[in-house]
Amino acid sequence: MNDENHGPPIAIKGLRKSFGEQKVLNGITLQVERGETVAVLGRSGGGKSVLLKLIIRLQNPDAGSIAIAGREIAGLEEKELNEVRKTVGFLFQQAALYDSLTVKENVRFPLSRHTQMPREEQEQRVRELLADVGMDQDLEKMPSQLSGGMKKRVGLARALALEPEILLFDEPTAGLDPITAEEIGKLILELKQKRQRSAIVVTHDVHGAKGYSDRMVVLHEGNILAEGSFDELQGSKDEFVSQFFGYGSKE
Amino acid sequence: MVVYLTIFIFAAAISGALAGGRGGFRLTVPKHLMVSVFEWFGEMGIFCKRLLRSALVPPYEFGELLRQCDEVGSKSLPLVALAGAATGVVLSLETHDSLARFGAKSLLPAVIVFSIIKESGPTITALIVSGRVGAGIGAQLGSMKVTEQIDAMEASAVAPYKFLVATRVLACVLMLPLLTLASEFCGIFMGWITNTLSEPISLRLFLENGFKNMLFSDFIPPTLKTMVFGLIIGLVSCFQGMRTRGGTEGVGRSATSSVVLSSLFVVLADVLLVRLILTIWG
Repeated sequence: MNDENHGPPIAIKGLRKSFGEQKVLNGITLQVERGETVAVLGRSGGGKSVLLKLIIRLQNPDAGSIAIAGREIAGLEEKELNEVRKTVGFLFQQAALYDSLTVKENVRFPLSRHTQMPREEQEQRVRELLADVGMDQDLEKMPSQLSGGMKKRVGLARALALEPEILLFDEPTAGLDPITAEEIGKLILELKQKRQRSAIVVTHDVHGAKGYSDRMVVLHEGNILAEGSFDELQGSKDEFVSQFFGYGSKE
Repeated sequence: MVVYLTIFIFAAAISGALAGGRGGFRLTVPKHLMVSVFEWFGEMGIFCKRLLRSALVPPYEFGELLRQCDEVGSKSLPLVALAGAATGVVLSLETHDSLARFGAKSLLPAVIVFSIIKESGPTITALIVSGRVGAGIGAQLGSMKVTEQIDAMEASAVAPYKFLVATRVLACVLMLPLLTLASEFCGIFMGWITNTLSEPISLRLFLENGFKNMLFSDFIPPTLKTMVFGLIIGLVSCFQGMRTRGGTEGVGRSATSSVVLSSLFVVLADVLLVRLILTIWG
């Protein structure tokens, strides 16, 4: 990353967030180590996506601290915050591709803004990134011409464009057929194994997460209810966790 | 005058609060309505502050600004030119008969030129642009907001206020005077055509009569006031777009409220600016 990299990639302490009367996160503490992939599981509307957005300050927490590579992000000015954001790749739930730009332009967008690469080099890098996710045949297509799975792949290529040290995935396999979901899962695993990226993956897909995560965290009513490996959590005596993993096993 | 303006601001703010995306009509609860009105102005203030802070810091987005100038300027030109031409025709037809009754037909070129340049050109152009561009900006930013594209931009360390908002607002400010000139040209030209069909007159004579008593101060302030109209259209429609909530329904509300509010504030600003111009330049 850079010289200021003195701590774990992500360290969250006592994070709280409410929307009006509704408490979404109620004092979350979570640390992600270098090269580790953590899957965050929980019911819909349980604050998982909010947690990801808080990590790069797309929303502001009510209390608690978030440090990226040892750097507390709460008090950062916009310029400093953007430096931190460049080290984090974010894959959004619906991919959030810019619908006025082509596939190629979407992936080039961060490169053209944050690097001094000549245009030809940018084009080359875009092709490589899209080839890695199997989308190098669709460079000139508009997002509206892509299926859900294709959008996720392009979103992943865009998230990787600046070679971030940390990756945040918001339901990367939601709404996809099992085959495409498995392919996306393999890509996440590949990122971990080949590039040693740290990642948080928010998902409902318990079995998919088993394949690529080192650790699973179950979020319930704003708190971390349980954490551990798939096998540990599957054997949990907690009613909610066993119910959650029970349903997951049947899927 | 002051009472009229107060009522106007209040009406504009109420429609803004109702259309602004907080959902549901609250006419049965006037207290909440008042809160919404003040909330709208408060949020607008914060929006402007954030926009200024973001837009003044380099690097500047010149490429995107050019693209937006094309979007606001070139693509509005046919509509604005058509509206200007129609105004010229109508003015010529209407005033011809009126002036004939008073035996002042020779004043027709001056009446057309003065009314187009001083009022109808700038106002009609601004209203046309607020309809076309305001709705477009409100819907586009609204759609980007609800599909997390604006979050994605922020996550990519690109400031959306600089890239999306500042460029659109500045494009509106820069393009409105140019569009107004185009509209005025078409209006005066079509005014001459209409006039010459009933009573032939050369274009040169028509223009000489029309511009004979026109001063520089008659031309510059009304043209420059369209920059204020551009600022209003850009700010209001970007603001409505950026505060969109609630999926496609919210996008529709943002598009509508962008047009309604920017048109209302353009008319209100026109009243104030005309008073100001008359005070300064007589």
